[in-house]
Amino acid sequence: MKQYETVIGLEVHVELATKTKIFCSCSTQFGGAPNTHTCPVCTGMPGSLPVLNKQVVEYAMAVGLATNCTINQFCKFDRKNYFYPDNPQNYQISQLYLPICVDGGVEIETAAGKKTVRIHEIHMEEDAGKLIHDEWDDCSLVDFNRSGVPLIEIVSEPDMRSADEVIAYLEKLRMIIQYLGASDCKLQEGSMRADINISVREVGAEKFGTRTEMKNLNSFRAIARAIEGETERQIDLIESGQPVIQETRRWDDNKEYSYAMRSKEDAQDYRYFPDPDLVPVVISDEWLNEVKRRQPELRDEKLARYKEEFGLPAYDADILTGTKKLADIFEATTAICGKPKKVSNWLMVETMRLLKENNMEPDEIRFAPENLAKLIELVETGTINGNVAKKVFEEVFANDIDPEKYVEEKGLKMSNDTDEIKEIILKVMADNPQSVADYHAGKTKAMGFLVGQTMRAAKGKANPGIVNQLLTELLNQ
Amino acid sequence: MANIISDETIEYVGILAKLELSAEEKEQAKKDMGSMLDYIDKLNELDTSDVEPMSHVFPVNNVFREDIVVNGDDRESILANAPGEKDGAFIVPKTVE
Amino acid sequence: MKDLMKLTAVELGKKIQAKEVTVAEAVEAAFEQIEKKEKDLNCYVTVCDKEAVLARAAEVQKQIDAGELTGPLAGVPVAIKDNMCTKGLLTTCSSKILGNFVPTYTAEAVLNLEKAGAVIIGKANMDEFAMGSTTETSAYGVTKNPWNPEHVPGGSSGGSCAAVAAEECSYALGSDTGGSIRQPSSFCGVTGIKPTYGTVSRYGLIAYGSSLDQIGPVAKDVTDCATILETIASYDPKDSTSVKRDSYDFTSALMADASGLKIGIPKDYFGEGLDEEVKTSILNAVKVLEEKGATVEFFDFKLVEYAIPAYYVIASAEASSNLSRFDGVKYGYRTEDYDGLHNMYKKTRSEGFGPEVKRRIMLGSFVLSSGYYDAYYLKALRTKALIKKAFDEAFEKYDIIVAPAAPTTAPKLGESLSDPIKMYLSDIYTIAVNLAGLPGISVPCGMDSKGLPIGMQLIGDCFKENDIIRAAYTYEQCSKNA
Repeated sequence: MKQYETVIGLEVHVELATKTKIFCSCSTQFGGAPNTHTCPVCTGMPGSLPVLNKQVVEYAMAVGLATNCTINQFCKFDRKNYFYPDNPQNYQISQLYLPICVDGGVEIETAAGKKTVRIHEIHMEEDAGKLIHDEWDDCSLVDFNRSGVPLIEIVSEPDMRSADEVIAYLEKLRMIIQYLGASDCKLQEGSMRADINISVREVGAEKFGTRTEMKNLNSFRAIARAIEGETERQIDLIESGQPVIQETRRWDDNKEYSYAMRSKEDAQDYRYFPDPDLVPVVISDEWLNEVKRRQPELRDEKLARYKEEFGLPAYDADILTGTKKLADIFEATTAICGKPKKVSNWLMVETMRLLKENNMEPDEIRFAPENLAKLIELVETGTINGNVAKKVFEEVFANDIDPEKYVEEKGLKMSNDTDEIKEIILKVMADNPQSVADYHAGKTKAMGFLVGQTMRAAKGKANPGIVNQLLTELLNQ
Repeated sequence: MANIISDETIEYVGILAKLELSAEEKEQAKKDMGSMLDYIDKLNELDTSDVEPMSHVFPVNNVFREDIVVNGDDRESILANAPGEKDGAFIVPKTVE
Repeated sequence: MKDLMKLTAVELGKKIQAKEVTVAEAVEAAFEQIEKKEKDLNCYVTVCDKEAVLARAAEVQKQIDAGELTGPLAGVPVAIKDNMCTKGLLTTCSSKILGNFVPTYTAEAVLNLEKAGAVIIGKANMDEFAMGSTTETSAYGVTKNPWNPEHVPGGSSGGSCAAVAAEECSYALGSDTGGSIRQPSSFCGVTGIKPTYGTVSRYGLIAYGSSLDQIGPVAKDVTDCATILETIASYDPKDSTSVKRDSYDFTSALMADASGLKIGIPKDYFGEGLDEEVKTSILNAVKVLEEKGATVEFFDFKLVEYAIPAYYVIASAEASSNLSRFDGVKYGYRTEDYDGLHNMYKKTRSEGFGPEVKRRIMLGSFVLSSGYYDAYYLKALRTKALIKKAFDEAFEKYDIIVAPAAPTTAPKLGESLSDPIKMYLSDIYTIAVNLAGLPGISVPCGMDSKGLPIGMQLIGDCFKENDIIRAAYTYEQCSKNA
């Protein structure tokens, strides 16, 4: 039995988080009725002309720098010519000959160890519109709201060998790009999309096999299954002596099988040429340095700093920096209350629990750091106790309430009133003579029982320190 | 004529250009394209080995827009010329099987 | 009011400002002339609804009376070449594929005119998508030469030039990709300028060859042309290839004095293939400029013969891509019967485009296709670089290059289309100018023995419109007084 290995390269499309489209001033906002975010430019009206959004260039540069690419300080746009109704001009403006970023790479880590996935290039381009299939009238409908939304395409070298590595690579890219604020990188919503080039070869072979390109992969699960499915398909072909054909295939995740997309009418000859309507982008050293200077702290740097500056354990720092949202909340809350370990605890334990219970992603966290900071202060000053705090936090998490007001309104403050507590204790002692006797007989455990009874009678609001102190006094009188 | 354009080439270019030519038009196209290319081959007399291709005559670069939303909902006028329209979208023949 | 249409645009504008003529009277005069001439000449694809034009005239008149519109073109009737988008007004590019296209916005150059109070009278006929040199490729009938209706008006801005010559408008806008303003101007005995690339916004001009296309004025004389150019030229942030010029003043160059101007005449432009009568007229015109103080020198300009092949590669390649948006989905013509998407595309385009357009789309698709890009497209761009360099060198020595606008006067109808190469060759004197982005003007410089006008082309260095305007004006004034 021959041993095979899978060779995988990725083309990752990322929708950039600009307010407007790449070549016109239409909104990129998601949703909206069909064609309500369109203009002559992004619908390919005769005579309309593109003008480049500067922010697109800056985001592309930022991603290039963060993935160790060389920035091409002279880059141009080319037209990729092909007919399809989601492409209003029947050409897509993209970059072939001089893309903005080249020769980068990122380090990934899997169970198999660390390795670098090299990035061949990153280029800027425009997204296509959306086709809606109308079963009723047996036709398709074209909505150009997404037409012209800026994309970067990150093209890797064929450096990955397993689905694990592919997912680690995608996670890494997603993390970097989210940290840069260049995109939200949501696979399901299509703001991050991966086309996967797969070939197989015998282990030890030097030459690559013929590759196929898999499209329509919108979750990590689909990616993993598509890699598995396509690897098997190619091995079966090779084993049975049939050739693997270089083609584009569409993955159907329900059927767990891929289908060839090519037809006679898709010549796949894109006739790229420099777009005469757009002028070159020249990136001066000053501009490049300015973008470099503005680069935010990325995950690896943050991780190191959290351990160093805040003394957090590696595990905690890893979780907190695992999404930009958590790291942002952590830093903002810590800046207010100055108690990094407490903040970390709330995020690591209670926040994580509630996220899991509600089946939510960290990005969906809605509470303000101010409110978590206030909650921590309430505990620290002994205004509320730990159990009450947990209940209050649930409200902070769900409704972003102001804990100070909430505690006030609901009367959740701990009681520090010694007379009141003394009265409760005396009643508890009177109700539990056996426990009092046990205490006096030297069974110190009875003390714990009496504290518990007192707290219960006080509905949790009695200050435990004061309860302990008074109870000891009263028992020893 | 130095450039002989084959039926396959005309067929292929027709697919690229989305043009369907009649048998007669195809013959004419073969002839026209052949003679045009013969004429264009004149360029080979020029030594351009040290010359950079020039797309833009002037060295203008970095023409940008700021990232500010200016356009509003212009759907009505965008659809005004549509050969087929439904629910605010353009109708095309079905694109999936 | 009689003979209002005989006036130049600037003369008519003056009378309107002086309240000697109302805008409505000017419009009426234009319509009267259209009524008289149009059925024989077919200068227009669309003549505007008269009531609508009169309503616009009233509006302009009000602004003139209120002192808000004081410019030289306020209230003057204009024809717009039918490849410039005009909001609410049919814009066809003389093609069946845009036979029902009503733009929802107006081209920047036309907006500039409207802001100056221009009154649009109609949309001028042209070669389909500006591809042609005779206006015979229009899907809406040929335009005839007003000097002799058996002859073509030239092209592709044939409708614009014929309309000016036939006085069916006071002036017109044309567009020039390889000579499409200068050549028909010479055939029709009118004056036309192709400005430096980037001077007039291309926003709203339906593209043929984007790197070559420029909008420019067509008018009765040089003064009109300079005045119109001053009005339509602007830096437009919507057109990335628009150039911020230091100056948009062209009328100050209207001086009848050629002293100090250095004129170069490329020998290669005056050799084989040039009609003797055309040659004589132009060389006589150059003598006039010499008498007015210009120096004249012949020089070698071998490279020009490579301009045509380079042009047809570049223009066709760009056109094949620019015209792919016409697919029956968003606007324009869609075939009636089709079987599926690709069949719809193919039938729509095959029925919607005429033979010359298809020919260029096929050629353009071929030269860009896999395996040919370097050999044809890049080779053409390298040739363009050489031509630009040759012009740069020539303009180190000369201020102006003089050339014919066309090798002959207007050919007869039906003589040109049968042999495309022959037709392409007739653009030999104008095409290199577009490749190098230079300004050029065509001014009438006499008649041949058949009674057809001859045009002289003056080519200037980039952004030096004022040199050619000055020389053209000088010649015009002298010939008027001669």
